[in-house]
Amino acid sequence: MDVVTEIDRERILSLLREGKREDGRGFDEVRPIQIKQNLISKAEGSAEACLGESRVLAGVKIQIGRPFPDTPDEGVVITSAELLPLASPTFELGPPGEEAIELARVVDRGIRHSSAINRSDLCIKAREHVYMVLVDLYVLADYGNLIDTASLAAVSALLDTKLPKIEIDEEGEVTLTEETIPLKMGVPPLTITFAKIGDHLVVDPSLKEGEVMNARLSIAFDGDDTISSMQKYGSSPLTYQEVTDMVERGSKIVKKMRKQLPSR
Amino acid sequence: MSEKTSEEKTPLIDSKGLRTDGRKLDELRPIRLEVGNLSRPDGSAYIEHGRNKIFAAVWGPRELHPRHLAIADRALLRVTYRMATFSVSDRKRPAPSRREHEISMVIRQALEPMLFMELYPRAAIDVFINVLEADGGSRCASTTVASLALADAGIPMRGLVAGVAVGKIDGKIAMDMNDIEDKIGEADLPVVMSPERGEITLLQMDGKLTPKELAEALRMAEEGIHEIHEMQKAVLYEKYAKIREEVGEVSQDVDDDILDDDILEDVADEEPLEEEKPKKPAALKRKRTTKAKKPDSDEPEAEKPKAAKPRKRAKPKEEETS
Repeated sequence: MDVVTEIDRERILSLLREGKREDGRGFDEVRPIQIKQNLISKAEGSAEACLGESRVLAGVKIQIGRPFPDTPDEGVVITSAELLPLASPTFELGPPGEEAIELARVVDRGIRHSSAINRSDLCIKAREHVYMVLVDLYVLADYGNLIDTASLAAVSALLDTKLPKIEIDEEGEVTLTEETIPLKMGVPPLTITFAKIGDHLVVDPSLKEGEVMNARLSIAFDGDDTISSMQKYGSSPLTYQEVTDMVERGSKIVKKMRKQLPSR
Repeated sequence: MSEKTSEEKTPLIDSKGLRTDGRKLDELRPIRLEVGNLSRPDGSAYIEHGRNKIFAAVWGPRELHPRHLAIADRALLRVTYRMATFSVSDRKRPAPSRREHEISMVIRQALEPMLFMELYPRAAIDVFINVLEADGGSRCASTTVASLALADAGIPMRGLVAGVAVGKIDGKIAMDMNDIEDKIGEADLPVVMSPERGEITLLQMDGKLTPKELAEALRMAEEGIHEIHEMQKAVLYEKYAKIREEVGEVSQDVDDDILDDDILEDVADEEPLEEEKPKKPAALKRKRTTKAKKPDSDEPEAEKPKAAKPRKRAKPKEEETS
């Protein structure tokens, strides 16, 4: 931690001790959410999500591919992410680094392990052809908590996704047609991230809070209150009490957040 | 796509002389420009040119990493053109392609002659272009929007550049080729120009054209570029007119305050004549700038201009003692 971060940390901590945050939010208050859908006509689904000033664009492409050998009768849903250099002065060109890979994998697991998309529905012919749903995330502005912003963008893009119908010729060749049906989706999973700063737990950390935090816990909530994935980040430990506290608070926050998702 | 090319006879111009998207041969697609739409970079711009949707962002002039790339007597311009995986019909692989590398290079060379690179030795100016949706002529639209982002970043420029791809469809020269025309037309000719200087800074071609057709196509490109250049200027004016409205009033207030106080004190210090006091600030308000100060201060004594500078430091002491 450099000197400036140390000073920021002291400032943020002293505010937290008084029960305040630097931007005036409550500890369980997320920044305003804005979502726009259907922005890219060449994508099967697309959405841009803003969480405060953080901004992520998600696009979904549908392809026909081979299933994974261990799940021969299930379609494939893959999420990847890129931190565009235009989003922050610290993002650089080149193959995805630790941060981008973590971002993609956390959002990916949140969706993959939820029951929102039934992957058996995406099977065309077991062991041979399945639908591949490829969600690509582009970070346009980093003002903190990219994981939750990306999760909102990914889910909103999936809610916008039109699944092309298929055609199978005599030789068994599968092609996508122009005709589409909406992608079937249950209650969408959403990720809620808490930052631990000193002994304080705050939801949706801002850029500064993210820089000075000791640890972070991202929890993906499926419909019906179950948890579909978690990720702890940072080298400081969390206590049993802190984890259960965050899960309890998160499950209340996610219900409010889900209401702000676009309806179909 | 391969099916379409094998058909060969898909007409690109109908019996009324209109193209697949209803345009005339010499008509541009609809263009929408925005500047300063991203908050983090030093400069940014966005363009919708037909169905092209492109962001450009500029960082710099900033410290150059890695250092060994630094050029002793000027800045290094780095341009990166990238397409989103979902910007084209078949998902693009996320890693940069040969095409993206080449386009980054030609765009860099299209922008560089417009910049005063010698003003920033050893620094970097980074331009990032992200194509969210591509629809033919994306390198031209990218250059148009990157040029705006550089202007938005406040980087000194000789002028803006704008681009358009002209070409040949069904045997005729056409303005601003769209995706289908680009793919199955007879020739595609992306052109970027500085309309003010009449210089071509990007020129590529593939297909077949006679020298006469090329001349006609270039003339058509120039017309289109002039039109786009007007839109670029308009969107920049719009932004700075807004800033002037907001900032202009504030700074005027501040100026007047400082000036009034200064003058009143000056007058009190230096001129015992009481009738002069109310007149001076009023006269100054009309001119408002520091220039207005000089003629006044010149009047009483010839030494005044010299004394004017150290006054700032001297004044607090006077206040304390008085």
